[in-house]
Order: sequence, then structure tokens, then C-alpha cells
Amino acid sequence: MEYSEKVMDHFMNPRNCGVLSDANAVGEVGNAKCGDIMKIYMKIENDIIKDIKFQTFGCCAAIATSSMATELIKGKPISDALNLTNKAVVEALDGLPPVKIHCSVLAEEAIKAALANYFRSIGNNEEADKLDASCDGCCEHCDCGKH
Amino acid sequence: MIFMEKRFVYADNAATTRVYQEVAAEMLPYLTEHYGNPSSLHFMGQQAKKALESARERTASVLGALPEEIYFTSCGTESDNWAIRGASAVYAKFNKIEKPHIITTAIEHHAVLHTFEALKASGYEVTYIGVDKDGIVSPESVAAAIKDNTCLVAIMYASNEVGTIEPIADIVKAVKSIRNIPFLTDAVQAVGNIPVNVKELGVDMLSFSGHKIHAPKGVGGLYIKKGVRLKNFIEGGGQEKGKRSGTEGLANIIAMAKAMEISRDRMPERASLEKKRDKLIAGITSIPDTYLTGHPTKRLPGNASFVFKGIEGESLLFLLSAAGICGSTGSACSSASLEPSHVLTSLGLPVEICHGSLRLTIDYDTTDEDIDYIIENVKRVVERLREMSPIY
Ligand SMILES: Cc1ncc(COP(=O)(O)O)c(C=O)c1O
Repeated sequence: MEYSEKVMDHFMNPRNCGVLSDANAVGEVGNAKCGDIMKIYMKIENDIIKDIKFQTFGCCAAIATSSMATELIKGKPISDALNLTNKAVVEALDGLPPVKIHCSVLAEEAIKAALANYFRSIGNNEEADKLDASCDGCCEHCDCGKH
Repeated sequence: MIFMEKRFVYADNAATTRVYQEVAAEMLPYLTEHYGNPSSLHFMGQQAKKALESARERTASVLGALPEEIYFTSCGTESDNWAIRGASAVYAKFNKIEKPHIITTAIEHHAVLHTFEALKASGYEVTYIGVDKDGIVSPESVAAAIKDNTCLVAIMYASNEVGTIEPIADIVKAVKSIRNIPFLTDAVQAVGNIPVNVKELGVDMLSFSGHKIHAPKGVGGLYIKKGVRLKNFIEGGGQEKGKRSGTEGLANIIAMAKAMEISRDRMPERASLEKKRDKLIAGITSIPDTYLTGHPTKRLPGNASFVFKGIEGESLLFLLSAAGICGSTGSACSSASLEPSHVLTSLGLPVEICHGSLRLTIDYDTTDEDIDYIIENVKRVVERLREMSPIY
């Protein structure tokens, strides 16, 4: 598997890896059968993602995309996170091998799952429902048509 | 500034091996001096022909075969393809079987499995025999799968992934007691690592490969018992008694013969290799939620393979690689298919844990310090990945 230098850097030195004990937004996607699970923790204040952490079970690409995705939205408004696409994460990593694109999907969906969790906790079910789409980031058996 | 010499431990000998110096030295003159074509009539050709036949005798002698029973090929994959297609076609034709049935196991190398799948697509009937939790194929289960239209049985001698050694002689007996069906054993991982004698095994065909035994890549061989007939696989200038055409890769063939002799001569060192392997197994299985895969004792002397709960194999492999350690994994993420290894799932392991597999294959050169270094680093890396894992 040939990875870009950026992917290897984020894999070897992941940013924002760990657990956030005072998170008010938590999302998890993927499953162990598929071979990758991503969990995102965020601390959101005044619509700003003050802090963010991730835990990932998965390959180099899964770990690197988690790291990059968290870095791209840390300190940013929620609206930026909502607009984050898996494509943007891939580009920021200088590309991924084609078979690994689903890892970036996982990162996008994990963030969306965390945001849905946040919206629901503040009673904004409408926004939450929009995010709770059919995609669980597990591309192998997926026909969500979103990515 | 202090420059640390980075340690390098190659523990992926089941993937390929270092060409021994003695092997390289013996093959070199056949590239630069004695480069004649064995089919040429002049003295250069005759020299080459003599060297070729001498390599055949040496190879046969190590395997307990007759020289005329050894055919050189380009690799183990070719040998497997040829044996399966060639022998089943002749047997089916001779016995007027319209829809041939062929039998193999669920844990074969893709060289065998994908050939079976291709034959299935062309109308063959195929049976894949399951294995027990240690990867052992039972002779009874093979015998029970035989039907009136069975034209070939192919069972690997030793698993490339989990190292389990199959009871080939017993399986052959069970098959032959029913009917004289052509029997192939893929011995690519066995030859060079454990004593292999075709007569004791009783097989009709046995495939082997140079690059797994310290010879170069691009050469292999197939033992075909006298009297067993195979359809040609590659047509051309009539080399290998007209059965496998193509100008012989003489230097590679000589290298493989030399490597076979060296590995035979080094067999007594096997006990010390097994000791190192067992130390490696003990060290790594002392990590919590870590399991050995394959048979605990009936396994290749250099194979130590594991699954770890809560982590994924490709990440494990890259972190070990960063520490200078070369291993391999059957994780889905290491393959294009996104399915974890068919071998590990065939052992009955849950799919989840199959993603966290590691195969370390050491050899005579591996030192005790190397073993300590591997254990220490696997512990460190597994711990690190588990800290990152949301499911551990
Ligand atoms: C059991 C087994 N069979 C066949 C092969 C294929 O051999 P080669 O690489 O020479 O084509 C391999 C090598 O990976 C193997 O381990």
C-alpha cells in the first residue's frame, strides 16, 4: 500500500487522538466486522468546536483521515464541520489509494454523527435528523449513494 | 547529535527470502560465462544442457524423486496452475467424465484457489474442505468428499499464513484407498523448511518455488510422478520433454538446486529455529487478548502467527515497519478485497479479530536479540494501537 508522506505523518503522529471527558458531542460509525470504527468527541461552545478528539480502530488510512479531519475543524464553527466532505479530507492528505477512500467517508460520517448527537442534545431534532442519514461509513455493504 | 543505527529484522520469510551468497555465487557464471541455450547444439549449448540436467538430478535427490520426474517452471503459481488444470483434464478425458469434480481446502494459497474458481466458472464442480480450529485437514473429510466424477485432489503441505503442516501422507492414503485420483500437494512453504520426500508422501504431484528457499524469484518446479499424465500448459519449443516449453532459466534453476541442497544440509538446525519460534510465540502471546493462530506444534519451524483483539493489522504492520521489523498481515485493509484472510476465517475465528492478524516468519539467520527486539516492539505497538482504539 503506497501512502503519501502526509498520510504517513498523520498515521505516525496522530493529532487530537484520545478521549474528551467533557465532550458534549460524541459520534461513532463503522463496525468491527468491516475492519474500521471511528469515534469522535467534541466540545462545542457557542457553535464553535472548542476541542475535538478521536479514537479509531482501523488501518493507517483510517487513523490518518481521523487525525486530518479533526485538525481541519478544530476551533472552527459548526457550519464548517457540516460542510466538511470526505473529498476535502483526502485532498488535505495529498490523496489516498482508491481502496482506502472509504476511510475518509468514515471520518466525514463520524463527524456528522457527533454533530447529530449534539443537535439532539440541544433539542434541535430537525438538524439532527438531517444528519442521521443512511450512511454508517461502512462502504463494503453500503448503497447510501452519498459518497 | 547521536545517530542510532536503526535495527532491521526481516521476519517475512514466508513472503520471500534473501538469496544466499553461496547460491548467488553458483548461479552467476551461468549469467556471464556459460550463457548458452540448453537447446543449442554447439558446445556452449551442450555445457548448458549438462548443467541443467545436473540441477534436475540435484533437485530430484533432495526431494527423493527421479530426475525425470522434475519439471522446472517459472514459479510456484505456475506449478499449481499446471498441475490442477493439466492433471484433471487428462483424468477426465481418459475416464470419460463430462463434468469433472475437483477437491481442495478452504485454506489454500490463491494460486490454487483462484485456479479452482476459474475452473468452476468453466463448468467444473468444486469442493472446498474445511479445517479444524488449528487449520488441520482431516483425511476422513477428504475421502468423504470424493465422488464418481472426482478428477483431482489438491491439498497444501503447509499453510503460508498460519504455518500448519497437513497430514499429507495420511490424506493421500485415504484418497488412494478409494480410487487412484491425481493428488497434488502445494509444498511451496514446506520445501526447504521441513524434510520433504515425495515417495514417503505418496503424492502424484508436488509444487515448489525458488524464492521461498533462498533462491531468486522467477523459478519454481513441479514433481510429476512417473506415469501421471498432464496436459501441456505452455506450448512452444518443446523444452522439458515437450511438456513445458520456454527456454529454461538456467541460472535460476541452478540457484534453486543449490538452495535446496543448502536447506537439506541445514535441516539439523531446525530444532534451534523452533526454539526461537517458540520463544517468539511465548513472548507475544503473553500480551493480553492475543492468540496464536495455526497448530501449536504441527507448524512450520519459522512461523509465528497471531491475532490481537481491538487493533487492525495494517496499522500494526506499518508501526512495526517503522521500527525496522518486516512482517505480514491477513487484515482486510492490506488487501484490495476488504475481506480479511480466508484462512483465518476458515479457522472459525470471528471476523472482527481476523482484522488484527500478524504473521512473523523467521529463519536460521534470526538471532535471539532479534526475537527480543520483535517481542518488545510488538508489545509497544499493540499497546499504542489499543490506546487509540474505541473498542478496546
Ligand atoms: C503455499 C503457496 N503456494 C504458492 C505460492 C506461489 O508461489 P510463487 O510466488 O513462486 O508463485 C506461494 C507463495 O506465496 C505459497 O505460499
